Amino acid sequence: MIPKGLKTLSALALVVAAGCVTACSRGTTETEIIVAGSTSVQPFADRWAEAFLRSRPGCFVNVQGGGSSAGIQAAFSGAADIGTSSRELKADEKALNEIVVARDGLAVIVHPSNPVRGLSLREVRLVFVGEIPSWKYLGWEDRPITVVTREEGSGTRGAFQELVMGKDRIARGAIVEDSNGTVREIVAGDPHAIGYISLGLVSDRVRALPLDGVAPAEAAIRDGTYKLVRPFLFVTRGAPARMSRDFIDFVLSPEGQELVRKEGLLPAR
Amino acid sequence: MNRLERNERLVRLALLAIAFSAVSVLAVITAFIFMEGTPIMFKYGFKSFLAGMDWYPTEKSFGLLPMVAGSLMVTLGALVIGVPLGLACAVFLTEFSSKRTRRIVKPVIELLAGIPSVVYGFMGVVILVPFIRESLGGPGLSVLAASIILGIMILPTIISISVDSLLAVPVAYREGSIAMGATRWQTTKMVLFPAARSGIVASIILGMGRAVGETMAVIMVAGNAATIPGSVLAPVRTLTSNIALEMGYASGEHREALFATGVILFIIIMVLNTIANATSSRRKA
Repeated sequence: MIPKGLKTLSALALVVAAGCVTACSRGTTETEIIVAGSTSVQPFADRWAEAFLRSRPGCFVNVQGGGSSAGIQAAFSGAADIGTSSRELKADEKALNEIVVARDGLAVIVHPSNPVRGLSLREVRLVFVGEIPSWKYLGWEDRPITVVTREEGSGTRGAFQELVMGKDRIARGAIVEDSNGTVREIVAGDPHAIGYISLGLVSDRVRALPLDGVAPAEAAIRDGTYKLVRPFLFVTRGAPARMSRDFIDFVLSPEGQELVRKEGLLPAR
Repeated sequence: MNRLERNERLVRLALLAIAFSAVSVLAVITAFIFMEGTPIMFKYGFKSFLAGMDWYPTEKSFGLLPMVAGSLMVTLGALVIGVPLGLACAVFLTEFSSKRTRRIVKPVIELLAGIPSVVYGFMGVVILVPFIRESLGGPGLSVLAASIILGIMILPTIISISVDSLLAVPVAYREGSIAMGATRWQTTKMVLFPAARSGIVASIILGMGRAVGETMAVIMVAGNAATIPGSVLAPVRTLTSNIALEMGYASGEHREALFATGVILFIIIMVLNTIANATSSRRKA
């Protein structure tokens, strides 16, 4: 069954596209591209599209969500000109042409007053599984750890699941919040809490923990020693066509990458 | 005369159409929720939804029992806090305060109903949650926090309807009771409460409805852990929060499971309302 919202959305897209063809027909041949996929990439793709279109009146970049897997599928089937993904491609998806457009670090955060100075990835996993219930096992007082996670379906949770948890499940008893911001607020307010958020959103109200002895800094991410990094990918089937190529070039240009940095992500290179 | 009659009929038809549009909206919503939510319940079995303890919708386990328990616990907690406070306030306003006090206090209490729920939630997060964490322990985001916030939110409903029904008790009952030598409290307890019972029960039912359905404030203070809370200081997730939390990114079966959550919520509200209505009408008889 096709969700109602999707129907209206595609109808809307058709109307806009139709309008676009007439307005755009004087200049370029191609007037609309569809960029679909990861909901984590979506807000950034929107910003890129907005800046990209400023100099191209009458053209249209249709940015859609759906999730990384859906985006990759859409690129395969041709339903989208560019698929977006916030996870690495799997072996059977490698046939696609992939471009890293930005990278996003994940930070494990605690309250600034927390004396624990670093954890191993294994310890983080055991905390989130629920097998380390108290801070005393991590070298602090005997108080229960307040584990804060994101809701099911969130891209950040998906990346954390993949990079840290592997096959283990995050404990049922973990507190669930529905945005990076609220996770940060809860951890900033609770001295015994631990959570994870996008690295760009770490503020001085929380402290990002070094993992396996490596602090989450740009240099450590660039040389690959900090492990909790996910790429934001654009994928296309074969070489991108003209307007898609222009868009990708724009995203990778200094202007496009500066936009990324402003939004708290790490540039592609 | 003829013209008047025609107008009369027109008005009647217009009102009928408007009344039906309200009912048909309800019908459309009901049909939509069931159409979207029941297929997945048939596919995996009702039991796995109602009795399952694990909610990992992206891994195809859709246990809603923790959320059912959560909704019931939080609602019960809200009633435990809101009903005594609300009734005490209503009795004070009708029996023990001057008319002037009532004229000022009652509208002020009714203003409480106009405060958006996100504001209640925010107050809860900023004031109540840290207070619970520091004085009672636990993460603060808890059944207790949600119950207190909801208890306050249902106060205006309970107070204003109870006050109205207490005021509707004929003055002769009061005077008769006082004339028999009963004190004010005895009069309230033995004459006014029984006489106003149906209105008071109605106020509690409406308050309960608000508590079951409230979402925003609960998400903010309840912690939303998808597990049956072991104490009032543990985090809890209600059915409504479950839908609102995960709606954003849900797709495919996850999305259908959220509609299934809606189906269960729908059934629970129906059952609660029926029970409440049955009890109140039995008492009246």
